[in-house]
Amino acid sequence: MLNSNIEDAQNIPALKDSENEPDNKSFIQRIFGKSNVGDFIFEKLTLLFAVLVLLLVVLMAYQMYVNSQLSISKFGWHFLFSSTWDPVTEVYGALPVIYGTVVSSILALLIAVPLGIGVAVFLSEIAPGWLEKPLSFLTELLAGIPSVVYGLWGIFVLVPWLRDSIEPYLSDHFGKLPFFQGAPYGFGMLAAALILSVMVLPIISSISRDILRSVPFTLREAAFGIGATKWEVTKLVLSNARSGLLGAIMLGLGRAIGETMAVTMVIGNRPIISPSLFDPSYTMASVLANEFTEATSDMYLSALIELALVLFIITIIINIFAQLLVWSMNRKWKKG
Amino acid sequence: MERYDCMKTKFLALLGLLLGVLGGATSAQVQLNGAGATFPAVIYSKWFDDYKNTTSVQINYQAIGSGAGIKQVTEGTVDFGASDGPMSDEQLKEAQSKRGTEILHIPTVMGGIVLSYNLSSVSSKLKLDGKTVADIYQGKITKWDDAQIKKLNPGVSLPNKAILVAHRSDGSGTTFIFTNYLSKVSSDWKDKVGNNTSVNWPVGLGGKGNDGVAGLIKQTEGSIGYVELAYAVKNNLTYALLKNKSGNFIDANFNSVTEAAAGAIKNMPADLRAIITDADGKNAYPISGFTWLLIYKNMQDKDKATALVKFLHWAMEKGEADAKDLYYAPLPKQVVALCEKKIASITCNGNKISAK
Repeated sequence: MLNSNIEDAQNIPALKDSENEPDNKSFIQRIFGKSNVGDFIFEKLTLLFAVLVLLLVVLMAYQMYVNSQLSISKFGWHFLFSSTWDPVTEVYGALPVIYGTVVSSILALLIAVPLGIGVAVFLSEIAPGWLEKPLSFLTELLAGIPSVVYGLWGIFVLVPWLRDSIEPYLSDHFGKLPFFQGAPYGFGMLAAALILSVMVLPIISSISRDILRSVPFTLREAAFGIGATKWEVTKLVLSNARSGLLGAIMLGLGRAIGETMAVTMVIGNRPIISPSLFDPSYTMASVLANEFTEATSDMYLSALIELALVLFIITIIINIFAQLLVWSMNRKWKKG
Repeated sequence: MERYDCMKTKFLALLGLLLGVLGGATSAQVQLNGAGATFPAVIYSKWFDDYKNTTSVQINYQAIGSGAGIKQVTEGTVDFGASDGPMSDEQLKEAQSKRGTEILHIPTVMGGIVLSYNLSSVSSKLKLDGKTVADIYQGKITKWDDAQIKKLNPGVSLPNKAILVAHRSDGSGTTFIFTNYLSKVSSDWKDKVGNNTSVNWPVGLGGKGNDGVAGLIKQTEGSIGYVELAYAVKNNLTYALLKNKSGNFIDANFNSVTEAAAGAIKNMPADLRAIITDADGKNAYPISGFTWLLIYKNMQDKDKATALVKFLHWAMEKGEADAKDLYYAPLPKQVVALCEKKIASITCNGNKISAK
């Protein structure tokens, strides 16, 4: 997401002291061919850190791939497209949990993105100082609450409320839609999506706020100067910050996809694919957390590790997709 | 992590040795490491604590789950393991070939599993039998006023309400014992679902842990779910009477669970890997089970072996008395006698260990 900044930094012509004083090269400078030893060490050190991160990712993927060989060779692509998860007969198919993970995260984003960016716009563009400070503090506080606390809140507050008020209402008024059918128990996809949206909201809003703040103030002043309205200025600020905002959303999505505890407490933990939001579902992270410790057979363990690998790959695909989105938007922006 | 632990143990052992030498060759403090089942963790930590106070032998226990406990024992990263489900024949074979010694199962305490439910209109304790429970968990019985439930509960007015089935979503020994019971009482269950630490549930919602299942039950009128007896007693949950093999409706409590072990004593296998669901005995509660310590039959380190054997004897003689206070069912006398015999067979480098 920060690529554009890096490109800018690279365009600045580097200061080359050595060109001005070709005769005064020290021994070390001659060996390393650089003007400054400190710079050289600094550059290589940061490179090392960057490579380490890359290495870690590759190593993780490799480990998961190796340890899931048993399951990969037995089930092949069926693992991704079949829906039975049966530890007794050792038949494993991940489709329902992939579905549960993706759908619950997307639903959560559908709720949290407009809200989170709305909060960020209010905090950075509109709110007066006396309101902005406590509000920012409170939204950031939300990010610090442990997920098990969200889960408990889900069980004791959200679920009964959904069961007694929201779900009966939805099923009475929109019951013909496939999304609102079945018995309203409160536990299920809807509860999971709502709790996830509350959890990713502070991430999206606080990062978005910082990004909106970093848009140069002169831009706003110039826009106001030529007579733009507050709404027009906000649009300008938003489109300037769009790649950063997308980054914030992606971080939120990352949290939603990887979230385990709060989700497993309210989602009903049943690997089925159902369009109804009232029905229980299951996510990959929850399956891993639930079943890993008691997975005694090698095939079971291998299937769980393959599930982790799938989760890993899905996360990478989403990140690549987001990156492409930023590029295409940037190109459009430059052309426009 | 395992390697780290191993390194840590080595380091501590080295440190201990060094201190021992410096301190005039007095024997270093013995430290034992164990890992496994979460269910008996409460009583184990009390035992280890009490034992440390009387003998200064330090025993560390990590409650990481039965499956992980079996893994650690097989890999040899712990001095002993613990599990709610016995190791399978293949697992035993693998462990023996890797560790070069047999693994012994020593039962320590017992637990029961109860069917808790949420029916505000029913005040007396509901009566259920194995087949009915299996049918409910397979989705064949979907309403509380089903003829099969009515027949077991004459005179009780059951509501025409849908049954919400709750089960454990995490793999657990509790699920293993529960599905083992259902497999014994219903051949249909055995064929279609089977017996494991987690299964492909035909119906219902999953909750994580006893508290997760209890949460589902408490939150939903008309629900039924299985939880550990200890958890149900501690949290005042309502649970059903269950018909046992002799045809009596049994209330789950520590005595009726212990009865189940006494009833199973006739068929006790020599390696003590007994699963005592649906046991004989007039007052035996049908969904009961042991939890085991997994011990290497032959150990290399003499200090550790002696300490462990002494501890096991102590647990059988003194420790069992703590069980009821901590909501576990104690072993019946006959089983304790079998355990003592097993413990006496533990060796160190092939030599018998004196417990005195």
